[in-house]
Amino acid sequence: MSKTLFDKVWDSHVVRKIEGGPDVFFIDRHFIHEVTSPVAFLGLKNRGLSVLYPERTFATADHNTPTINQHLPVEDPLSANQLKALEDNSNEYGISHWGLGHKKNGIVHVVGPENGITFPGATIVCGDSHTSTHGAFGAIAFGIGTSEVEMVLSTQCIMQPKPKKMRINVNGQLGKGVTPKDVALYIISKLTTSGATGYFVEYAGDVFENMTMEGRMTVCNLSIEMGARGGMIAPDETTFDYLKDKPLSPKGDAWDTAVAHWKTLKTEADATFDKELTFSASDIEPMITYGTNPGMGIGISNNIPDADTVEGGVATYKKSLDYMGYAENDSMLGKKIDYVFLGSCTNGRIEDFRAFASIVKGKQKADHVTAWLVPGSHEVEDKIKEEGLLDIITEAGFVLRQPGCSACLAMNDDKIPAGKYAVSTSNRNFEGRQGPGSRTLLASPLVAAAAAVTGVVTDPRDLL
Amino acid sequence: MAYDKFNILTSTAVPLPLENVDTDQIIPARFLKATERKGFGDNLFRDWRYNGDDTPKEDFVLNNPIYSGKILVGGKNFGSGSSREHAAWAVYDYGFRCVVSSFFADIFKNNCLNIGVLPVQVSPEFSEQIFNAIYEDANTEIEVNLPEQTITIKSTGAQESFDINSYKKENMLNGFDDIDYLQNMKGEIETFANGLML
Repeated sequence: MSKTLFDKVWDSHVVRKIEGGPDVFFIDRHFIHEVTSPVAFLGLKNRGLSVLYPERTFATADHNTPTINQHLPVEDPLSANQLKALEDNSNEYGISHWGLGHKKNGIVHVVGPENGITFPGATIVCGDSHTSTHGAFGAIAFGIGTSEVEMVLSTQCIMQPKPKKMRINVNGQLGKGVTPKDVALYIISKLTTSGATGYFVEYAGDVFENMTMEGRMTVCNLSIEMGARGGMIAPDETTFDYLKDKPLSPKGDAWDTAVAHWKTLKTEADATFDKELTFSASDIEPMITYGTNPGMGIGISNNIPDADTVEGGVATYKKSLDYMGYAENDSMLGKKIDYVFLGSCTNGRIEDFRAFASIVKGKQKADHVTAWLVPGSHEVEDKIKEEGLLDIITEAGFVLRQPGCSACLAMNDDKIPAGKYAVSTSNRNFEGRQGPGSRTLLASPLVAAAAAVTGVVTDPRDLL
Repeated sequence: MAYDKFNILTSTAVPLPLENVDTDQIIPARFLKATERKGFGDNLFRDWRYNGDDTPKEDFVLNNPIYSGKILVGGKNFGSGSSREHAAWAVYDYGFRCVVSSFFADIFKNNCLNIGVLPVQVSPEFSEQIFNAIYEDANTEIEVNLPEQTITIKSTGAQESFDINSYKKENMLNGFDDIDYLQNMKGEIETFANGLML
């Protein structure tokens, strides 16, 4: 039978099939961070188990690290304790550790690809749902729970039933000011947050073929927000160009052998999917969310939908709008905002800072707006400086912070205060996600930049 | 970690008929800082359950003494969002052994199965019947029978069967987990790994 890209990668990693049960699934690359790994290591110790392949696991601290004064001791004792546990566990078991202050430190889903740890055809897991990011390289990558982190550490395998397959095609030309983030938020708004649950998605069509790796990572990152375990894009020359000469990419003959194999990782013409959807690029405009899940998004020029036009429970919908302080039929344009967050594993890469700078160049941050600009890694931070973007954003009244997950999940001090509105380039607008009582509007770096300089929700196309 | 065996659970249930309950609501990120699996039940649904000054919110179901039990009945798409297993730990630590919904998010469901909380997916109609039965009488008992794979509303006798794969079912019945299984096939895993290119 003809195989999809997903079939090829999945099937080649099944160690054993269990009748009526899950597959024993081999993991090529395992990322760990300070929040979801300590209990897994504790489990290993309690059972007297070792780490089977420490060279296949990579540790980085990101979730609760501060984004200012990283050279100072971490003030919060609980965060400091988790960071110490990550370091101690990594040292004890011989795992590579990029802790706070290390030049390669950054958000796990930013530093993995940057260093060539991610590669096409790989199986990649991490105790973090946005592990789906790595699918941009044609890898099967998804988030796991802490019990599974313990499984991967001790046996390099997890037990998973093979998901169903969905293909999402987007064809055509994206309009001015429409970014990969908008494509993803558009798809999620069409599918809802549970529309792809039980599926693994392949993104296809010229919109994704023409995207940079940064853009593909943004799209795959958000696959989980429509319920999919992950999403992937077939590797091509764009992928190979990105990975060539990365520190941990194969070198010399090994590179040539690898690329020859990676070129075979495509869905065959007559392979079938359990579900297939097609969208047109010309229907997509800059997106913004108005509610408390990522499926509650609209084109920025549209009004908030009526409760009776949305799928699902009216009570849940109204609770959501109440939380946001919005009403049905409100226009999002012109809504006052208080905070802007540029960063996260969704939009914390160099292209995102280029996009932000392209809007704020020659303008000034609105006085009442607090902006947190957080690069995804030190490498991104360095590029921002090298490319002169730091000068542009500094002249516009913005400050660049240090790498980490930051206000995306507000585990550190970067919390949006209760009742305040934040335009955020991150991935979740759940109640309290960015701090207790915070209200999040998810959007692209362009929309975030436009809001940062005007102080209200603004169509970035008016400023380009 | 190995957990309690699950066989037949008969209990009253706590209703939470909201859709898309995400794991940030089940346990907010600021409570994920422990390095041990302890005390997460105290912060289950923290921001829905408590005000900013830590006083209980009267209108939240967990603060309503009428409702209690070992079964949590949620709305559609329960457990979406973050992969934090802490959400399943919080549900377990609070005292729930079973979550019922008409639709579960994948990772949460998997995490529950891995720690001994049984996720029972029912039809939207049956979910509605359960909510109605509980609202009619908070002392209504629900029986979850894992060997038979059935869920029954005791007061009405209404029953539905549910799916669980036979491997996970055996694990739940016996209190085994996947690590027990994987440890027994390490030789096979190493042979597999030796054949990989990268």
